[in-house]
Formats: sequence, structure tokens, C-alpha cells
Amino acid sequence: MARRSSATLNRILQAIPVLIGVVVISFILTRALPGDPAVQFAGAAATPESIEEVRRSLGLDKPLPEQFLIYVGDLVQGDLGQSVSTGRPVATELASRLPASLELTLSALILSCLIAVPLGVLAATRPGTWIDQLCRILVTAGVSLPTFFTGIVLIYVFYYLLGIAPSPLGRLDFIYLDPPRITGFFLIDAAIAGDLETWFGALKQLVLPATTLALFTLAPIARMTRAAMLSALAADYVRTARAAGLGPGMVLYGYAFRNALLPVVTTLGMVFSFVLGANVLVEKVFAWPGIGSYAVEALVVSDYAAVQGFVLAMALLFVILNLLIDLSYSLIDPRFGTSSK
Amino acid sequence: MSDTTLPPTVAERKTGSGALAHTIYVLRENPVTALSFAMFAFFIGSAVLGPALVPYDPLQTNAANALQAPSWSHWFGTDNLGRDVFSRVIVATRLDLIISVSAVALSFVIGSVLGAVAGYRGGWLDVVLNRFLDTIMAFPLFVLAMGIVAALGNSISNIILATAIINIPFYARLVRAEVNIRREAGFTLAAKLAGNSDTRVLAFHIFPNALPPMMVQVSLNLGWAILNAAGLSFIGLGVRPPTPEWGIMVAEGANFIVSGEWWLALFPGLWLMLAVFTFNLMGDGLRDIVDPRRRT
Amino acid sequence: MLTIKDLKVAFKTRRGDVQAVKGISFDLAKGERLGIVGESGSGKSVTSYALMRILDAGGRIKSGEAVYDGIDLKQAAERDMREIRGREISMIFQNPRAALNPIRKVGHQLEDVLRQHGRATRQNAKAKAIEALEAVKINEAAERYEAYPFELSGGMCQRIVIAIALACDPKLLIADEPTTGLDITTQKAVMDLVDDLVRAREMSSILITHDLGLASEYCDRIVVMKDGVIVEEGRPADLFSNPRHAYTRKLVDATPRRGASIRSLLPEDQRAPLAARTIGNSPMMEVVNLTKTYQGKSGPVYAVKGISFTIREGESVGLVGESGCGKSTTSSMIVRLLDPTSGHLLFRGEDIAKLPSENFSRHPLRQKIQMVFQDATDSLNPRHTARQSIAEPLKRLTGLKGAHLGERVEELAALTGLPSHLLDRFPHQLSGGQKARVGIARAIAPDPDLLILDEPTAALDVSIQAVVLNLLADLRARLGMSYLFVSHDLNVVRLLCDHVVVMKGGKVVEAGAVETVMDTPQNPYTRELLTAAPQAPARKSAA
Repeated sequence: MARRSSATLNRILQAIPVLIGVVVISFILTRALPGDPAVQFAGAAATPESIEEVRRSLGLDKPLPEQFLIYVGDLVQGDLGQSVSTGRPVATELASRLPASLELTLSALILSCLIAVPLGVLAATRPGTWIDQLCRILVTAGVSLPTFFTGIVLIYVFYYLLGIAPSPLGRLDFIYLDPPRITGFFLIDAAIAGDLETWFGALKQLVLPATTLALFTLAPIARMTRAAMLSALAADYVRTARAAGLGPGMVLYGYAFRNALLPVVTTLGMVFSFVLGANVLVEKVFAWPGIGSYAVEALVVSDYAAVQGFVLAMALLFVILNLLIDLSYSLIDPRFGTSSK
Repeated sequence: MSDTTLPPTVAERKTGSGALAHTIYVLRENPVTALSFAMFAFFIGSAVLGPALVPYDPLQTNAANALQAPSWSHWFGTDNLGRDVFSRVIVATRLDLIISVSAVALSFVIGSVLGAVAGYRGGWLDVVLNRFLDTIMAFPLFVLAMGIVAALGNSISNIILATAIINIPFYARLVRAEVNIRREAGFTLAAKLAGNSDTRVLAFHIFPNALPPMMVQVSLNLGWAILNAAGLSFIGLGVRPPTPEWGIMVAEGANFIVSGEWWLALFPGLWLMLAVFTFNLMGDGLRDIVDPRRRT
Repeated sequence: MLTIKDLKVAFKTRRGDVQAVKGISFDLAKGERLGIVGESGSGKSVTSYALMRILDAGGRIKSGEAVYDGIDLKQAAERDMREIRGREISMIFQNPRAALNPIRKVGHQLEDVLRQHGRATRQNAKAKAIEALEAVKINEAAERYEAYPFELSGGMCQRIVIAIALACDPKLLIADEPTTGLDITTQKAVMDLVDDLVRAREMSSILITHDLGLASEYCDRIVVMKDGVIVEEGRPADLFSNPRHAYTRKLVDATPRRGASIRSLLPEDQRAPLAARTIGNSPMMEVVNLTKTYQGKSGPVYAVKGISFTIREGESVGLVGESGCGKSTTSSMIVRLLDPTSGHLLFRGEDIAKLPSENFSRHPLRQKIQMVFQDATDSLNPRHTARQSIAEPLKRLTGLKGAHLGERVEELAALTGLPSHLLDRFPHQLSGGQKARVGIARAIAPDPDLLILDEPTAALDVSIQAVVLNLLADLRARLGMSYLFVSHDLNVVRLLCDHVVVMKGGKVVEAGAVETVMDTPQNPYTRELLTAAPQAPARKSAA
């Protein structure tokens, strides 16, 4: 056990150089702007004096290493700069909009896992049947689907043609009030406040965007589950379990599935990377007020501080997510931290 | 002193041997692969000959004819400026393919070299490369592409560059792993015994064997690169109107979906999907063609 | 107890039905130990999988009878088969570590089996599991209970697998190549343990193996299979002294044993006389105080701790030891693929240890020292035809080109008995023996003086091994090469080598003329190795 806790500590420590690298690259991105960064940060309607002011206040007249230290110093204090379009600090904007994105992403992931994992397991245990074919078609089609396109198609079918989905205009129809903010997750906050109507309202708005995102993540998870199960079922230790007379349930879940989970959990890391990117697209299509749509709006008005703050925030989020995934992996796999795999 | 040999019947059944015959054999054995190659040929044809063969000028506006549903004169209908959607979709093929193929080619070359050298030499080179790749992969890749394009400027070449950069880790990691597996293999050591220097062994013996698994990755990557480029242009980066490109056409068409004019967004999106689908299907076929073990 | 009559097993493949077992019949009495011996593709494993009804998806019993204790194994319902598996008939396989669930404690895996067959309840499962571990003579069973497979050695894993198989007191144990991949001493320990347990519990057993010598030591009766049929059966002593079927005779001949000569491994009609060879007096390769130390995660690893021996001109030296003794590291250093930490390698007086291995590929001495590798599948470039593989050293080291190159390749193919129409095939289109020939042809192509052979026949069927060993003997007589033959198989070393060096733990524990060391070993480890090797019964007919 001591070995495992030292391996866990090791893994947490390994995240530090990655964080440093992320900050360095973010810094490079902020300074890689073509032309004069001060002009970009000052905004479109800037006068020569305000540009100079911006230059001084951002420290752009100082040498690069010093700029980097200032940048890091600001970061540690939670200062990501000012948003040119809204005038508020970028960090505040991101923080207020983060729960919306998280609610969307997490619901989509939970939904897709609930479908993809059983589908993959069934496809692996019943090779050649219709469910196996369905899984394979879903996977091949799923990785080809452009997220923004499926969102639009879903809106067309379910909102325009069938009329059962609400209008894609954000998290909550304007007839409802936002629930009192505790976590920022509407579903949780409405439940805590006991407001069933608002809860349903939030759910209705969430369905279509979450489904769009879920369709996107369904494919890699189902594919990996199927492949991992096939490989586990063909493994020697399953043969031993069968030869010892263990029942099909035990063999399937106790022996094969648990081992198959390992590569699936690893895949989740990669899936997270894609989903955080697809999030941006889905938020634009459904006018979802998360950090993705914030960044897209900022891009249009050349609000560079906002865009780069967004990139950095996403990266930090991703590093933490990966850390959590690796740590949960360590709980499942006793070989974590050793060289044998 | 003869052992039992494998039946020569299957080996001799193909007419002749060699790369072309093997390619034809793979296509015949696997209809899905043949289909994907046919679709690929169609897309290449659209890219090369499309602009010359389409019925209407993709940039020609015609306000009187705007927002017409698909008909015999306009197979895919017209958009809000009266332009023929079909012509625009076909012509867009060229731009989308150029972007994705350039990006993938760039990342393939850079990633392979980095990965091969790191996988073969190990040591501090390997450690540095891993740190570098970890840092790139610490960003959600689409988000990083957004950041790079936003930082470097809104142009098509920057889209290509950004897509290439975020793709490098895939190839570098894959090649590194494949080289690592084969570094101590018997045939690698035998190649050294035969008088090959380390560089020759890596370039001519190890790397060609890493190609089959990479083929699958290359084609999946091509599909992904197209999706990526379309996604970036969907949110307004890279391509600017009135250039026809699938992503930007879907973005423009999205505004009209809620009022029922579905054809503006559907057809470019469908074409995009088919192109990605084609590349994904081709992966296995490409691997079968390149892998000598599939030659029976 | 077990009656098999005219059993036929087939597999459904894309190209139609493949008959793996084509009608075999045998009986097994209570308490009898049966051996099924055959080479790869003989159908021996498929038979046992069919009995247990654990064939792969495409396989099924086509026809015939398989009756165990009155129960028809062919027709029994799956539920009934589950009762039989583990409780009546148990099976153990090769590669013990892979046979255990890697993320489950071994104690829990035992409990699973015990509880499945109603031999333990949740309360007493742990105690019973520990008992089962003790039954297979595992010390500190309570601690081993908590271990995961990756924390245990190969031999220990095999004991756990045996414990699982015997936990519910079955009446029949089937062992499918249980010792493949294990060291000779571990192999003996495992086989002795299984034998003791089977006898003590009055069980019947079926041992499936390719090693006729192993089967003859541990079985009362042997059944020989080839291509899905039984060609002969009988008691080991009878089979060895009086084999009736030609295939059995071939197997018996090919099994290396004391008193045999290289030629006697081959069938009688193929024993052309062996050309004479001369062993010079001057040393060709002198290994002086060779060491190799690696930097491991927890401190330095001393793989080779200062060894010395000499190979004379034309001499064949055997390097013998179990896994981890450093023999492969030593041979890698001698062939200059690896740099020694210290020591000298004097090749005809010149110290080649001083030359870094990266540059050795361009040194004129490169062509004088060559190597034949163990796993021929791994050692041939999958993208090169046999012709290209053989031509590679010629192109790089001798500068031969065009027609001359082609002629030399054909010449080498003829020398190694490789039919020339196979030269344009890829490795996956060649059989194991053919690949071995390509590997040898490639190694002798640049005319080396010293040939290092790293377990070249370990992965080959015993009859192919006989052919390859004879080929090696012919080649050295013709071309005058010296051999360094690295192996764990003492019987093979005895046949081929003049001098033998025994290694253990990175050091030389004994060395000398092969007859002297094998007949009168001085070191206790050498003695242990010699007794552990399975001994085939002596043949009454002269070799």
C-alpha cells in the first residue's frame, strides 16, 4: 500500500511540470500576436495615448522574461486580464459561465457512458449479431459526424419538424427565472430549491445539446469498450476461469469486464480532450451561455485577452480532469506505479 | 530433408505478385474497402475537376433567386444570396482537402521524425520529447487550435499550421511506440550485424515496419483534420465569406434552419460527413495494402 | 473413467470446415497417468479443449463419443458442464502468469472457485483458500493469499494455477503444456509437485506435451498424435525401445538423449556420414573478465560479473544456464551488439571490446562474427522476402552486386537446404523450419569465422530441431566455423559442443570438456541442472 500511495503522490507531482508547460505556452500565445500586442489589447477604438497606457499597464515595454514573471504573478492572483468587449475581468466572466459548460459536458458524458458501455459489452459478447453490427455502424458513423452538424440536424428535426424540443436559445426559457445560485448547475440548484417546474424547464433545454454532445462521445467509448471486452474475453485468465467452472456472470463481470475497464478509463482522458473542444461548437449552435460561446463571441470582436484566458482555463480544467482519471485508474488497477502492466 | 510447406495454392492463385496485384486483391476481397476507395476517387475528382465542371459560378449571386428549395435547375437549392448550393459544395471540396492533407502531411513528417528518433535513442531525448508532447496534449486540442489561430492571425495557412501542431503528438507517440517495440527485435539486431549503421537500421528496417499501423492513423487523422478545419471555420476562424467551404456554409446555413430552409446547411454538412466517413473507411484498406502480412 | 471413441473436432473458418481432430479413440483408467504427445498442429490441445467444451467460438465436436464416468460430455448441457469443470475435471495451461486475473488477489481467485462449487461459504472461504495454497506446498500461504499475480514469480504462479485446479478435488487433471517457458529446474519442481499431488489424491491425469522425454518420465502410458490422428500408443519404455509407427520412430530418434549422436537424431534413412572437422589449438575468441552492469531503478544490476572462457579455432563451445544467468547478455557482448562495462574480448589477439558497438557495423571484423537468433519469426524483417533478408549482409558487408549477388544467395539457400522457390516468400508464408534456415543462411552469408547461436531451436518442433541441428553440424564441418551455442537444453549442448561453460547468477560455475562436465559434474548447480533435465528411457537398439 505504501507503494501505491507513493505512486499516487508521484502522479500528482507529475502534473506540476505539465502545468508549468501550459502556462508557458499560454504566455507565448499571448505574445505571438502579429503586430503590436498593445494595439490588439487596447481594442478597436483606441487612440495612440490609450495604446501607450495599455502597453505600460500590461508591461509590454519590459523585457520578455520579466513579462513572463508578471504574467505568472497575475495568474496566481487570478487575474486573466480585462475583457475588452464586456469590460469585466476575464476571470470573473469565465467563473460565472463555467457551471453552464460543466453541466452540459457532464450530462453528455454520463448519458453517453450509460449507452456506450453496455452497447460495447453486448457487442463483444454477441459477435456477429445485430447488436454487434449496430455498434460497429454507430462507431464508424459516430466518428465521422461533425458535432455542429448533428446539432443543427437535431434542431431541425425535433424543433422545427416535430415541435417537441424547445427553441434552442440557451439554458432556460425566458418564462422561468434562474434558480438561486448554489452550484451554478441548474438541475441541482432547482432540485435543492424544490422548484419542479424550473427543473423540468432546465431539463428540456438540456436534452438536445446534451444529446448532440453525447452522440459525439458515444463512438470512441463504445469502440474502446467493445475492443477491450473482446480482448479480455480472449485472454488466458478468462480461459482459466471457464475451465474452473465459474459461472458466466462471474466470468463476464468479475473477470473480463473489470479488466476491460482499464483501457476504457484511459480512453476517457482522450475523450475529455475532444469533448471540451466539441463543447465550444455545441454551445454556439444552441446559444448555451457557457465559456465556449463566450470565447467564440470574443473571437468575433477580437477580444484576445478573453480568448487566451479561455484557452488557459480550459487547459487547467483538462489537466485536473486527467489527474482525476489517472487517480481513479490507480484505484482499479493494483499494478499502478509498478513497471508491470 | 524437406519440411511441410504452406500450400502454394493460395499464393499462386493471384495473377502475378507485386504491389499492384496485391492492391487489386485487397480491393476485391473487401467490398467495403473498394467502396471507400471509389468514394475517395470521387472526392479527389471533385477537388481537381470540380471548379471546371460545376454548372454555376459558386460566387455568382442572384438576389432574385434566393432561398429556393432544391429543384431540377438547382439540385441543392440556392442560398440567401441566390448562389447555387450544389456548385459551392463541390468547389468547397478542393479547399477542405487542401487544408486537411497539408496539415496531416506536415504533422506526419515532423511527428514521425521526432517519434522515431526518440523511440530509438531513448535517454534524455525521449524525456524531452515526452514532456513537449505532454504539454501540447494538456490542452484540449480544438481549443489549442483556436488559441493558435487567434494568436497567429486569421488565415488559411494558420489553420493548416494549427491543425498540424495539434496533430503532431498522435504521430510522434505512435511512431515512438512502434519503434520501441522493434528496437530489440531479432531483425533489427540482424540488420546491425549485416553492417547497417544505426540510422540506416532506423530508416530502412524499423520505420517501414511501423507504416501499416500508421496507415490507419493517417486516414483517421485526415477525417479528423477535415472536421477540425470545418469546426474552426464554423466559429469564424480561417475561412472568410464568400469563399465556399463546408464549415462556413453550415454556419451560414444554421441561421436558416429555424425558419425551415434546411438545404443551406444540410448539403454541405452531409458532404463533410461523407468525406470524413470515406477516410475512416479507407484506413483498414490502406493498412491491408501496405502490410506484407496480408499478402497470402 | 474416460472413454473417447472416434472423436472428430472441426473448426468453422472462412474457407470452410477445418478438421483438427480426425477420429481418435483412447481410454483412461482411474489413477492412470496418460501422456498425449505431438508436435504443433497435431490436435493434442484441441482434444482436451473439446472434452472440457471450452473450444473457441468456431469449434465443435462433430461426431464420436466422449464419456466421462457415464456422462456424455458431447451432449451435456452447459450448466452440467460447469459443474464438471473444476469439480470433476480440471485443467492447467501454459504461461501461468497470464492464466491468472491480473487485477484480482490470488486468494480471491481461489475463493471464487471454491464458492462456485459449493466447497466454501463466505465465512470460511478465506480459510479454505489458504488451505488450498498449503496443499500445493506454498510457504507463508496467508501472505501469498493477499498477493497479486504480478508480484509473484513464474513458478509460484504455476503453483497457484495448480491450487485453483485442485481446490475442489477433481478426479481428472489435464495439463496442457504446463512447463513451456519455464526453466529446467522450475519445470522439474512443478512436474514433481503435480505428480505427487495426483498420486496422493489417486487422480487420473492427462499430460499434453511436445516433449516425448518429459512425457516418458511422468506418464504410465503415452499416445502419439499427428495431424489429428493417433499413430501409436504404449508404455514409454516400449515406445522408446520398439517404436512401430514411422512417425513415432522419427520422434523418438529426434528426442535428444544420452548416448545419442547428432546423426542419430535423424531418421535412419537420412543419416549421411558426418564430415570430419578439425579443432585448432590457437584461441579464436578469448573472453577475459567480462562484466556488464546496468543502472536499475533500485540500484545497479550486475548482469555479468566477470567471466572468462576461450573458444578455439573450429571449436564449438556451449554456454548453458537458466533465465537470468547472463548468458544472453554475454552473447550480445561477444557479438558486439552490446558494450561491456569492463573486460576484454580478444578476437585473434585484437581487443574488440574497446570498439563501441555503434561503430562496429562498419568495422572489417563485423563479417567475421555473426549470430543466429532464437525466435525466427522475430528475427526476419516482415517486409523482406527471404532473398532480401539473405542478401542484406552480402550487400552491406561484401559489396556483391547484381548477378553475383543472386548466385551467392542461391548458393546459400542450397547449402541450408532451402528450396529456391521459397526465396521470394515473405516470413509469414514460411514454416518454422524454413524460417530457421533463412536465419542460418543469412548468418553464414558473409563467411563468418565465429557463429553465435542464441537458442536457435528453442521454438521449433523436435523433429525440425533434429534437422536444423544436423544442418548446423554439416555447415561447421564444411565451412570450418567456430560456434558459441547458447542454450538451456543440456542434451542438445552435449550433442553439438566440444566444450561447455555453465553460468549462474552472472558467473561461470563450471567449465570443461562436454563429456567430462556432463558425466562427472563437480558443481552442485551443474548436478542440479543435469538431474532436472527429463531423461528419455535408454534405447536398446544402438544409435
